[in-house]
Amino acid sequence: MAGYILRRLLQAIPVLLGTTFLIYFMVFAMPGDPIVALFGDKTPPPSVIESLRERYHLDQPFIVQYFIFLGNIFRGDLGVSFSGQPVSEILMATFPVTLRLAAMAVFFEMVAGITIGLVSGLRKGGIFDASALVVSLILISLPIFVLAFVMQWFFGIYLGWFRTTVGPGAPTQDLILPAIVLATISFAQIVRLTRASVIETGGQDFVRTAASKGLSRNRIVPVHILRNSLIPVVTYLAVDFGTLMVGATVTEGIFNVPGVGRTLYQAIIRGEGPTVVSFVTIMVLIYLVVNLLVDLLYAVLDPRIRYAK
Amino acid sequence: MQSNTRPDQQHFVAPLDETPLVAIDSVKAEGKPSNLWTDAWNDVRKRPMFWISSVLILLVVVVALFPGWFTQTPPNNDCLLANSNGGPTDGHPLGFTKQGCDIYSRIIHGTSTSLAVGIIVTSLVAILGVVFGAFAGFYGGWLDAVLSRLGDIFFSIPYILAAVVIMSVLSGYRNVWVISLAIGLFAWPATARVLRAEILRVKNADFVMASTALGVSRFRILLRHVLPNSIAPVIVITTISLASAIVAEATLSFLGVGLPTNIMSWGNDISQAQTSLRTAPQTLILPSIALSVTVLSFIMLGEVVRDALDPKARAQR
Repeated sequence: MAGYILRRLLQAIPVLLGTTFLIYFMVFAMPGDPIVALFGDKTPPPSVIESLRERYHLDQPFIVQYFIFLGNIFRGDLGVSFSGQPVSEILMATFPVTLRLAAMAVFFEMVAGITIGLVSGLRKGGIFDASALVVSLILISLPIFVLAFVMQWFFGIYLGWFRTTVGPGAPTQDLILPAIVLATISFAQIVRLTRASVIETGGQDFVRTAASKGLSRNRIVPVHILRNSLIPVVTYLAVDFGTLMVGATVTEGIFNVPGVGRTLYQAIIRGEGPTVVSFVTIMVLIYLVVNLLVDLLYAVLDPRIRYAK
Repeated sequence: MQSNTRPDQQHFVAPLDETPLVAIDSVKAEGKPSNLWTDAWNDVRKRPMFWISSVLILLVVVVALFPGWFTQTPPNNDCLLANSNGGPTDGHPLGFTKQGCDIYSRIIHGTSTSLAVGIIVTSLVAILGVVFGAFAGFYGGWLDAVLSRLGDIFFSIPYILAAVVIMSVLSGYRNVWVISLAIGLFAWPATARVLRAEILRVKNADFVMASTALGVSRFRILLRHVLPNSIAPVIVITTISLASAIVAEATLSFLGVGLPTNIMSWGNDISQAQTSLRTAPQTLILPSIALSVTVLSFIMLGEVVRDALDPKARAQR
């Protein structure tokens, strides 16, 4: 177990260095002046340009610049946004809201997705199964911003059940609609994954053994089928964390949720290149850490992985 | 694993003429030889979903290639602010956008953008994925280690976020090629991983060993024997990646780092219509329908192809 954790941690180091280097390379190794390029067609005040030049040490060799950038990130210094607020402060202030939104979304998609997937898988070929497959296919095809606008229009404007934008302090009842939107993208995938997994587990010998021992269906389904079907679903959640982050950026932008995603969204819209880079770097780092944690958790859940070479 | 017993089966030893053995005995030696591809085609053509998605995709392609067959109204000119958010009138079946442009014409002319981005990204992803996956899986050793770690690095950055950074830096050069490059550059590792796994499975097969024994060169074995036998999952993932690329372009355009507004794009139209959501929801919903139906048809095709090529998926149907 300790060996596995150590190996997994060591493997994460080159990926961590590689991803941050790649992001830095994309921004600062482009031909021309990277600072000017970061602002696109907008011209920032000369003082901003000066302070950025100083911050990124553009007079140093490229590789030195990169390590200064990396050092800054790990010291929590992410630069200053155009409004003069440190990016790390903005991140700290907005992170709890995004965490709440994401937790609600994951809760919705897990509960609804696993329930519907389970029922579909147990009644393979039935009407419920067929309609669940069609609906999930349609939901997979809907880009998140289309879904967000349609839901905002239908529930917020047409029916008037929810507020179309989230109020100050992001009260939980205002987060319900954005969380449902955010949950929907992965919900469809979870339905299909659970269904496939339940069908596969249902055909395994140990399920037949349990049935021939005379165990009731009420025991076989939750204990033998469901529990063994959940491992791929849990793994999927980690893989899907990237989709969740991109989804949060779009959803928070549309519903005006004061979270990390909306800040990134607004930085993109305003063309605040340096802030965008800082945010994306942090998001990629979070993504890496989450995947690492899930891998370790997975080893705890599944002994086959723990002891495998 | 599927059980061969029928639900209401009473005996544990079935009568001979009902056992699956009959299926084995009934193989016709002089019949047409079947392989994965003919089997897949025979399976696919029986499914209505295949024909529905094919017809829709064909329609999208025709609209993209010949927009003039469907509308005579230019999408950008002739926009009258007097028509802003107007309803349908004679010759303008879907009404007008906020700028007073013809919605129908803009949807028709936006088709080629989405399709072009989808095709360019998919080609890029397929080429990079096949090259990286094939070399890593077939040659193994240090080459595999280097290529796989490189793939891990690209895989660890969600490709829309990466594209946001690239498009922010290249804000002066936004066009269909640049946005396709920005999406494709980070989307290939999934394909490479799938192909690598499949090649690892195939490369120890007897026919590969036979070729080696006959003195066929390694590269020729890879090209003629291993790749054709491991390409099926790549085809499945490629069809679906075409849909993802179209969504990615629209998302980037929606975020404001996609295509400039003078290029017709459904993502741009949806983005611009968001301020009219309350007053004129149709300006947003109509291009959204075009986008979603196009994406849906590619996803449906990918689904059918997966069911046909992957026996495990077929069993779960």
